[in-house]
Amino acid sequence: MITATRRGVLSATGVLTGALMVPVAIGASRTRAATPAAVAPNAWLSVDGEGHVGVALPKTEMGQGIMTAIVMLAAEELAVRPGDVKVSIPDGDAARFAPITQETGGSTSIRELWQPLREAAATARVALIAVAAKKWGVPAGECAAHEGTIVHRTSNRSLPYAALVADAAAAPLPKDAPVLPTSSYAVVGKPFRRLDGDAKARGKVEYGIDVILPGMRYATLAQSPVFGGKLAGVDEAAARAVPGVLGVIKGDDVVYVLATNTWAARQGLAAAKPQWHADASRTIVNQAEIDANVTAGLAKPGFVAATSGDLDKVRQGAARTFTGTYHQPFLAHATMEPANCVAQVKDGHCEVWTGTQIPSQARSVIATRLGLPMEKVAIHNRTMGGGFGRRLEPDMIERCVDLAKQVPFPVKLVWTREEDVAHDWYRPVYADRFNIGLAADGRILSWEHKIAGSSIMARLLGDKFTGVDDDAVDGAINPLYGADARKVTFQQVESLVPTSWWRGVGGLRSTFAIESMIDEIAHSLGKDPIAYRLSQISDPRAHAVLETVRAQSGWGEKTAAGIGRGVSVLHVWDTYMAAVAEVSVDSDKQITVRKVTVAVDCGQAVNPSGILAQIDSGVNFGGSAALFGEITIAGGQVEQSNFHDYRVLRMNEAPVIHATIIESSEKPGGMGEPPNAIIFPALANAVFAATGKRLRSLPLQKELQKA
Amino acid sequence: MGEIMAVTLTINGERRTFDVPPEMPLLWLLRDVAQLTGTKYGCAVGLCGACSVLLDGVRVFGCQTPAGDAVGRSITTIEGLADQPLGKALFSAWNEVDVVQCGYCQPGQIIAAAAMLKENAHPDDADIDAGMSGNICRCGTYPRIRAAVHRAAQIHAEEKA
Repeated sequence: MITATRRGVLSATGVLTGALMVPVAIGASRTRAATPAAVAPNAWLSVDGEGHVGVALPKTEMGQGIMTAIVMLAAEELAVRPGDVKVSIPDGDAARFAPITQETGGSTSIRELWQPLREAAATARVALIAVAAKKWGVPAGECAAHEGTIVHRTSNRSLPYAALVADAAAAPLPKDAPVLPTSSYAVVGKPFRRLDGDAKARGKVEYGIDVILPGMRYATLAQSPVFGGKLAGVDEAAARAVPGVLGVIKGDDVVYVLATNTWAARQGLAAAKPQWHADASRTIVNQAEIDANVTAGLAKPGFVAATSGDLDKVRQGAARTFTGTYHQPFLAHATMEPANCVAQVKDGHCEVWTGTQIPSQARSVIATRLGLPMEKVAIHNRTMGGGFGRRLEPDMIERCVDLAKQVPFPVKLVWTREEDVAHDWYRPVYADRFNIGLAADGRILSWEHKIAGSSIMARLLGDKFTGVDDDAVDGAINPLYGADARKVTFQQVESLVPTSWWRGVGGLRSTFAIESMIDEIAHSLGKDPIAYRLSQISDPRAHAVLETVRAQSGWGEKTAAGIGRGVSVLHVWDTYMAAVAEVSVDSDKQITVRKVTVAVDCGQAVNPSGILAQIDSGVNFGGSAALFGEITIAGGQVEQSNFHDYRVLRMNEAPVIHATIIESSEKPGGMGEPPNAIIFPALANAVFAATGKRLRSLPLQKELQKA
Repeated sequence: MGEIMAVTLTINGERRTFDVPPEMPLLWLLRDVAQLTGTKYGCAVGLCGACSVLLDGVRVFGCQTPAGDAVGRSITTIEGLADQPLGKALFSAWNEVDVVQCGYCQPGQIIAAAAMLKENAHPDDADIDAGMSGNICRCGTYPRIRAAVHRAAQIHAEEKA
């Protein structure tokens, strides 16, 4: 909240509260303290002395369009054009943005910023109005913000923000400034072209991988193919014989080749032929063992994530019970921009230039790693060539800093695609098992859902983990489907494979399993899958998205042989979404996704163009994984290496997508992940409709070949 | 392996000489030596198209094209496309359709589209499938890329008329 005390702190430091905590020595742009006074309701939104609205993005931009959405919200409240807002990507700085976290994931950005962002902008607006009203001697209530000015319509007077900022900055910030009613929105809720699109198309946006510093050298690395293995040997002479190679730097479980350019580094690494030995203390495993261990986890009681009613008693009264077990594989992120980082460690300072979803956490991690105070570490964040959760891990920064501290120049470390695929932090292997009891009329009476798999939260929480991974069970503990009794359990099962967040996280796992199970039940009962879902769901917003896709997808219309439609619905991340996928399966069992129809109620839409883009994105990103995506382990190492064996959809395989945004004045929900989660079961259910084959494991294309 | 030589190339109409092994792929020469970072690294094995450039107007993968092979030919990168009428039409269409998400693959997508439109001024959807399937987009912007290619063809035709 904005308070007089907060104002007192801010007045000393202008808009640069956080940045000024960083010593001048290590940053390039630390000299703005001389900037004239600004109206700064917080440390990242301001109106400067020239009247420009400035926003330092409190969330990171990885393609999801949060930059544009944030600017639209600020522009709306401050009555300026979004294109006129000065937007910057700030360094990692937890203190500057607190209580907001810069860490960006879990479809949280708009949900987290919706209130504080609008309140901050409204505070600035009301502050500017107060100065104008005072100058004119009129009630503030008669004044309004309009196109970068404050206007008093009855007297036809106006003053630009620039003429008001100095006085507004000198006065206490207003408290409890009212945000605009959503009914008055002129910008928010209308499609807006993303602000960074044109520069990206022209190749003019600097991603982390594009950073070039004076005197910078280039490097690449190899890490032990077997997880946990150590470097056994390397042919340094052969590497050094490659023109342009400057040196070979060995670590415990890594080897770097430094060069004057990336190609020489890659050639040097190939010549170095690093040898590895497996860590004898760790068990070398194969995929079949990992899968078997996870499935065995379902036989354990697990930790109770949710329970209601007397499950055993209610189940005894069921006319029929259905069981189903579903398996989901490891997945890599395979961002278009491979793992990379630029760093310089010099004179007790560390500077990092990279695209990361965790700029402030990375700062802390690197400070600890180097034994430096936080203020001696700067994370200069860049826009990302895809995140999808990959850049929620600091490993690519850690690897680069470990190298940078050993050399006297800035270094750019670019992983090969092969390293990127084989040393990802993977979406866990999961198994889900249901036992669902129905009344004679098909009504769901009892609902038992057991989940087993790696726990990312357990890794992050350490001793504080109590057995249930709150993220993994997202979407499972409170599903759309009612039941008289319910029990949901989670059993952690680890392997040596590192796991982490992957677009859709727990909600994706839950949605695939639940929406596959419900589809099986509907078909077994001889009921229409949409009608059955509607009969078992009471939430009207879920009904609306299902009815929309039923009306718009051709649902119920007769299809040719080999063509089928599958439906799915979800309510996760405060968003309701339904999809109908239409697939064809040919005589060689090749699946083609013909068309996907999506309806979404994500509450108040901020940028409909961005929402529709996220739907295109999730359908193709998730569709790629549902059809083809699988990371497998043999002899303790990843078997896949590049886009030939980690296949993704291409233009000629991408479906036609028809999406509808249902108008809503509810609070905004997340949009980064729902479309990615909704497509998995929609496709599996469509393959069943097309072929009669129920695929309970992924990826679908491989499983259909086996079926 | 890879003796360093003076390699003279014409990049976006400008003749420049680089001291590199002639077998260095254009991708790395452009990014690390010429400092033209609009050409992106994605896979280095010709699977993703992020490193696409035009060589005498034809799309090649920069990761698969030794710099020596480009001597005496005209290289156009995404930075150089802005100066061409077709490039202007493409950027205009990409902007109008609001194609971009993370944007990392888009320079390569636009280069591929330019090469296709040079050969076929009015591609249909099947032509776009054929011409654009060498480029991966992990953000799944394919529907809007398709729309933007159609729109660029229209803009370019109107300008020529």
